[in-house]
Amino acid sequence: MSQLQENIKKIYPAAEFEEGECLLVTVKEADWHDFAGKLKNDPKLGFDVLTAVVGMDWKEELGVVYYLTSTTHDWEMLAVKVTASGDRDNAYIHSVTDLWKVANFQEREVYDMYGIKFIDHPDMRRFFLRNDWVGHPLRKDYDANPELNPIRMEDEINEDDTRSYKLENGKVKEVPGKVFEENDYVVNIGPQHPSTHGVMRFRAAIDGEKVNKVDVVSGYIHRGIEKLCEGMTYPQILHFTDRMDYMSAHQNRHCLCMCIEKALGIEVPRRAEVIRVMMDELMRISSHLLSFGCTAMDLGATTAFFYGFREREMVLDIFEKTCGARMSMNYNVIGGVIADLHPDFCKDVKHLLEIMPDRLKEYHKVFSGNIIARNRLVGVGHLSKEDAINYDITGPSGRGSNWSNDTRKKHPYSIYSELDFDEVLLDGCDSYSRYMVRMKEIEQSCRILEQLVDNIPEGDIRAQVPKLIKLPAGRWYQQVEASRGAFGVYIESDGSKNPYRVHFQSPCFNLVGVMDLTCSGYMIADLITIGAALDFVIPDIDR
Amino acid sequence: MGIDSIKSMKREDFKNNEYIDKLVEELNATGANVVVGKFDELINWGRANSLWPLCFGTSCCAIEFMSLGAARYDMARFGFEVARNSPRQADYIMVQGTIVHRMAPVLRRLYEQLAEPKYVIACGGCAVSGGPFKNSYCVLPGVDKILPVDVYVPGCPPRPEAMFYGLMQLQRKIKVEKFFGGANRKEKIEEFFAEHPEEKGQIG
Repeated sequence: MSQLQENIKKIYPAAEFEEGECLLVTVKEADWHDFAGKLKNDPKLGFDVLTAVVGMDWKEELGVVYYLTSTTHDWEMLAVKVTASGDRDNAYIHSVTDLWKVANFQEREVYDMYGIKFIDHPDMRRFFLRNDWVGHPLRKDYDANPELNPIRMEDEINEDDTRSYKLENGKVKEVPGKVFEENDYVVNIGPQHPSTHGVMRFRAAIDGEKVNKVDVVSGYIHRGIEKLCEGMTYPQILHFTDRMDYMSAHQNRHCLCMCIEKALGIEVPRRAEVIRVMMDELMRISSHLLSFGCTAMDLGATTAFFYGFREREMVLDIFEKTCGARMSMNYNVIGGVIADLHPDFCKDVKHLLEIMPDRLKEYHKVFSGNIIARNRLVGVGHLSKEDAINYDITGPSGRGSNWSNDTRKKHPYSIYSELDFDEVLLDGCDSYSRYMVRMKEIEQSCRILEQLVDNIPEGDIRAQVPKLIKLPAGRWYQQVEASRGAFGVYIESDGSKNPYRVHFQSPCFNLVGVMDLTCSGYMIADLITIGAALDFVIPDIDR
Repeated sequence: MGIDSIKSMKREDFKNNEYIDKLVEELNATGANVVVGKFDELINWGRANSLWPLCFGTSCCAIEFMSLGAARYDMARFGFEVARNSPRQADYIMVQGTIVHRMAPVLRRLYEQLAEPKYVIACGGCAVSGGPFKNSYCVLPGVDKILPVDVYVPGCPPRPEAMFYGLMQLQRKIKVEKFFGGANRKEKIEEFFAEHPEEKGQIG
């Protein structure tokens, strides 16, 4: 019995364990909230990060699989399986929003997709779908009849009323509540607003110019990818990852491929690994350059946008030569990559590495040191390290709050453990730090590319994989460091050629969760810059 | 006035000419007035070269559209660069990305807020037909279910060159149109909405 198992036995003797790639504990619903509190607060366990919340429908029963990470104990991960109490129409689980704030939106998503009510959750509304939607789509018995949910052309009515559920004498009781206070002056921003970086809608309660509360209304690009995946084979679902966070297309797809390879036990040839990592880092550079340009443009600095895009085009040219597309590259496949490198690849990468240091200097001269940029970014959108951990803000945004969370360092995958690079950490906890982390990460990505560009080994670009890919029954969770933070893929298989459940844990989902926290107390104009510095991509949130 | 009279955009430079030939035929069915025709040409020259888009980017295609605005592709060469954020100031709506159920009424509202004459470009596989998400429970199988589309630009996402091609097709369409009288676009739009009513609540 492992140390972790023993420690869990001490706080919860009734725990049932299941060995796998990470330990899975099955907990009774009635004990879950109490157990979760101990998991978080026991110094021997210290599971302070709620990494993923995966709603499940096991046909007979509904439930949730939680993935927890302990930052104090070597980033050990633990999965907790909780089966919902009550019958199918009134399934409920106790909320853990009071322990991990990140659970707020995660549980709303599960409620939306599975109809599991979370007891004591402060704001149990739907998250992605219209509030007049009939049914819960990710349930296995969901009725997809288009007559139930036609394309409704009448405007959706604003949801000012919310509800929470309490448990009284074993019965679930609905308690009505309000999203805003009665005297709040509410301003609507979005869903189609050029500075929200996509189709995100915010409803901000303001007092003069000061923001008091931000209500996030998501789902304007919710395409139901997870449900679509359940009806497809494994090679068919790969292309969805390119279209979620299109600025981390390579990393996301790398993650999904790795998860499937892990389940199948396929070893990827060394050449493919190196190519994958190089592509990941090029993607990161291109993403951060876009982020630089857009942050500048949101502040009204159009010139910087042109500068950022000038270098981004060079990266896109490299992609285009090898992958055949500028965006949505569809390059990683199960077992390796789909095509070999273009003969110009190394030459182009070297050229990019050559000019990048000078160009970065230029960016800093044009924008980073600019007095207006500094006034708008420094000291704006405060996010403390504790909050970053509690809301699971990974990636450059979390590292701007001095939280060391780089998946490439904490759970090294592919060949990252052999590479020499630094995790960029800044302690400003503000928009400017988040912005600067990105700029410095470009340098680190260049460093990685420098180490690899002359050392691409010869060999196969793809491992041999079976024609019909069937995963053995089981569950797997894989994380990578995407451009915006830790991206996770959860696959549960029942042994057939279609996945039983696929869940994508996107970093941007958590980023939008701190909008309320980071914007409160700042001006309404700062809402735009805070959003720009957090740099979320909406299709990644909505999936 | 026909398609061959568009001086800067030669017939042989474009592949899809059938639809525009048909359009010209329809327009000329009632005969062409020489004086009004000259005015038409002047006004359409101005309209076609200052097409202001309302960017309606929901996903990947919007990023490619940003590349169009940057220095390399530079859409200012064609007069498309004044991307408007308010529908009141725009000439056409360029739908870039998937439209889902929650967004459909918003898109229709934005279209209705555009000033006449107005046009729609469906840009990218998702806007054309629903793309890879066609079978999803909450994705619109193409924006032509709720809007009258003028130009379709396929691709996932379309290359910037493809977007230019689509935009130039729209320019050609505008250049052969009759601004004064003639075929009335507004009637056509009303016809479309009569076939796709809002109250029915059920489209497609």
